Amino acid sequence: MTDLTEGHAAPAVPGVRSEADRRAGVLGLPTRFTQRAGNVGGVGESVPRPDGVLKVTGEFAYSSDLWHEHMLWGHLLRSTTAHADILSIDVSEALATPGVHAVLTYDDLPTEVRHYGLEIQDTPVLAHRRIRHHGEPIAAVAADHPEIARRAAEKIKVEYRELPVLTDEESATAPDAIVLHEDRTDHHAPHVPHPNVVHRQPIVRGDVERAAARADFVVRGEYEFGMQDQAFLGTESGMAVPAEDGGVDLYVATQWLHADRRQIAPVLGLPEEKVRMTLAGVGGAFGGREDLSMQIHACLLALRTGRPVKMVFNRYESFFGHVHRHPARLVYEHGATKDGRLTHVRARIVLDGGAYASSSPAVVGNAASLSVGPYEVDAVEVEALALYTNNPPCGAMRGFGAVQACFAYEAQMDRLADAVGMDRVAFRQLNAMSQGSVMPTGQVVDSPAPVAELLRRVSELPLPAERPWETGGGGVDVRALPGGLSNTSHGEGVVRGVGYAVGIKNVGFSEGFDDYSTARVRLETAGGEAVASVHTAMAEVGQGGVTVHTQIARTELGVTGVTVQPADTRVGSAGSTSASRQTYVTGGAVKRACELVRERVLELGRARFGATQPAWASDGLRLEGGKVVAGDGAVLAGLAEVLGDEAVEVETEWRHRPTRPFDRHTGQGDGHVQYSFAAHRAVVDVDVELGLVKVVELACAQDVGKAVNPLAVVGQIQGGSTQGLGVALMEEIVVDRTTGLVRNPSFTDYLIPTILDTPPMPVEVLELADENAPYGLRGVGEAPTLSSTPAILAAVRAATGLDLRRTPVRPEHLTDG
Amino acid sequence: MMRVRLTVNGRLREADDVWEGESLLYVLRERLGLPGSKNACEQGECGSCTVRLDGVPVCACLVAAGQAEGREVVTVEGLAPEGELSTVQKAFIDAGAVQCGFCTPGLLVAADELLDREPKPADADIREALSGNLCRCTGYEKIMDAVRLAAARRSAEPEGDRA
Repeated sequence: MTDLTEGHAAPAVPGVRSEADRRAGVLGLPTRFTQRAGNVGGVGESVPRPDGVLKVTGEFAYSSDLWHEHMLWGHLLRSTTAHADILSIDVSEALATPGVHAVLTYDDLPTEVRHYGLEIQDTPVLAHRRIRHHGEPIAAVAADHPEIARRAAEKIKVEYRELPVLTDEESATAPDAIVLHEDRTDHHAPHVPHPNVVHRQPIVRGDVERAAARADFVVRGEYEFGMQDQAFLGTESGMAVPAEDGGVDLYVATQWLHADRRQIAPVLGLPEEKVRMTLAGVGGAFGGREDLSMQIHACLLALRTGRPVKMVFNRYESFFGHVHRHPARLVYEHGATKDGRLTHVRARIVLDGGAYASSSPAVVGNAASLSVGPYEVDAVEVEALALYTNNPPCGAMRGFGAVQACFAYEAQMDRLADAVGMDRVAFRQLNAMSQGSVMPTGQVVDSPAPVAELLRRVSELPLPAERPWETGGGGVDVRALPGGLSNTSHGEGVVRGVGYAVGIKNVGFSEGFDDYSTARVRLETAGGEAVASVHTAMAEVGQGGVTVHTQIARTELGVTGVTVQPADTRVGSAGSTSASRQTYVTGGAVKRACELVRERVLELGRARFGATQPAWASDGLRLEGGKVVAGDGAVLAGLAEVLGDEAVEVETEWRHRPTRPFDRHTGQGDGHVQYSFAAHRAVVDVDVELGLVKVVELACAQDVGKAVNPLAVVGQIQGGSTQGLGVALMEEIVVDRTTGLVRNPSFTDYLIPTILDTPPMPVEVLELADENAPYGLRGVGEAPTLSSTPAILAAVRAATGLDLRRTPVRPEHLTDG
Repeated sequence: MMRVRLTVNGRLREADDVWEGESLLYVLRERLGLPGSKNACEQGECGSCTVRLDGVPVCACLVAAGQAEGREVVTVEGLAPEGELSTVQKAFIDAGAVQCGFCTPGLLVAADELLDREPKPADADIREALSGNLCRCTGYEKIMDAVRLAAARRSAEPEGDRA
């Protein structure tokens, strides 16, 4: 049914200057819809969110808003140390507290399955004998009131014997280092250089020695990326309700219902069908809900007490309740000829995975395969690895391994451009990949890769006004200055800087993963009108996937009324809301299900009316405006007429094209589904005397293939850019290097950007179709998180003249440098 | 344990068996069936629980329930009559200022208060007024758009039509 296969010769993509673009290597592929129908509220329109009214009236039920008669409150006791043997746990006093209904420890777990994990089941549901990181769950309490539960947990006595903490590569991989996970049986274990290395992925391409010998300029640098927190606003929460059949109904905020269930059910000793999950309202995710948090504990307490159990982490606990972005140390060597061509890249990327594996292996694969950035370079030698340490566990966060690499390679590209003596943007454009370029993995980039064009777009935007704090007549608005209302400067010592960066992110799950999604679509008549219903298990975490589903159904089925059913496990898996994949994959499944529904509707119509109306036999029938319309525009019948009393319902799975694993030794392989590109220009004002930075403007250009919902696309780009700003200037979980303890688990001490920290963000959206993807779209959510950080760092370097190698930048790095 | 009486969104309400340590936020959410005010940090940093206490925007998590005795509280649920949307609520939807929506109730209360006080705020005024409300999804640009839009629409409306 797809018609992306025709019409490639059509030249014009709106907003693309064809002559300049040809020079820049941009191909003008048109984007098209499956059926060429002009349905209102369909794909390509800024349709409002179906949950918008509920969200602005306060009626939208988030996972922390649930209430049930006779419900109890659950609470976890967490470790106060990062590495220790547990000698004893005494819960007697807690259990005897009035209002407490249950206290569970490892010994109370109902089956032999007592660990979970996304890929490697190494995470204890409740700690057993050993504590491996600060804040590890030890006991679960259920009580009548949350404060009773908290106080009871404090009465649990845990006796520790402290162990030396492993907090970096040196301590973790020392020959005599304590092995954090003995007797590993995971499939990476036989191939790692040390048992405290989770996974290691080399990439080897071309003859690096020889290429390096051709280099006229070589720059080497070591970079450090701090630990970032997703800091979604709605903390981990949900409610487990015991059912009469011995099963449990779980209402929870998550990113992937079916993956949760796969991990929960064996621990409870229940078949999966007795763990019925429904998505509760999700207050943001950004990767931090890919791993389980309170799911199993709430279920265990509910099954033990026979009562509904609600759990809500407070902000302090949330910092311990989910994995973070891997902090990283990255060593790079880049070479270039004197005419500015990259000769080679060598890189070593060490990611700190913390105490448990989470998604570290996949993060390693991303960091390695995307380590060079969106550039053409024939000779590459890369090694990426993730460590087991006693630091907080790290896993998925928006950008997933590509973020850390982009921070380092873009700093290198600036330094190399300076060494060669070229303009930094022109140097990038000269080396930019384009459609047909080959990745370090050997994968050919077979859809548009407008890297040079994105850089051109951000660099040609008008620059914001200098000295924006001057109000005319000698007045000063301190709100426009670094330091703001703190009134730290009236412009003295304030220097402007401009920086650029561009990045590459993969879309979808990689390395051979069977990354499918399921959709059920139903078309029936209600009130004399055909209406569609879309049912998937997709986790709506704020991204607007539910809006996209209504748009796809309108476009494909020609209806106005579309309802989106609550996401639950009564329908097949939708995969994870991560890797920028949901519009592509679950969107693809919804589109496919709609196409199948459409075929059945047309069959119905042919059976009913075909004998008397020969037009039913023609090609090119479409569903438009609630009617079946022939190719020449003639209306054949109303959909309601065709359907009558029948409902047409289809559930189908949909897959993107397969990927392959990376070779264990060379990293070669078509590992990724699709690539996504964004570029940023950052403009900053820095008070160089106080080390205060104000980002004046953060412009972004991104190719989205097809803007399915332009307003939501821009929202994703601005939101992602802002998270990149956060880790450039303020966000870092600080872990004490000697104790492994987290020092700032609060919004008082872990700072995320406020509206005062965030500048105007002009956005340029390109739509160059990827013909492999539904509607030509490209996953949007993550790419803008990559280049934002290095662009801001580059701007701060430009303003201060400092050679900054770590992010986030703190004031003392600018004043003591 | 104590009894707390207060006016919420124009109605006299009463909560029994309130523990002395409970916040106004907990009483609203868990005892009065008004979970619209959100609980993102419960330490006064995020603004997602912003309500108006005798007209003044406060973090409900930092107000002890007892402090609200006899006072008037307006929450997100009280911004518009049942079944209607206020100008600010409508503008947040139209401008794309809502993603996950967890910050939205607090931002709406704060923005509503700003526009009551300053019907034509400059951008710097909007940023200052909303600086206590964290949003993790949007990067605030669409929130700026929403408040500008609401200000424009409110100034175009006759006085009596304001929700």
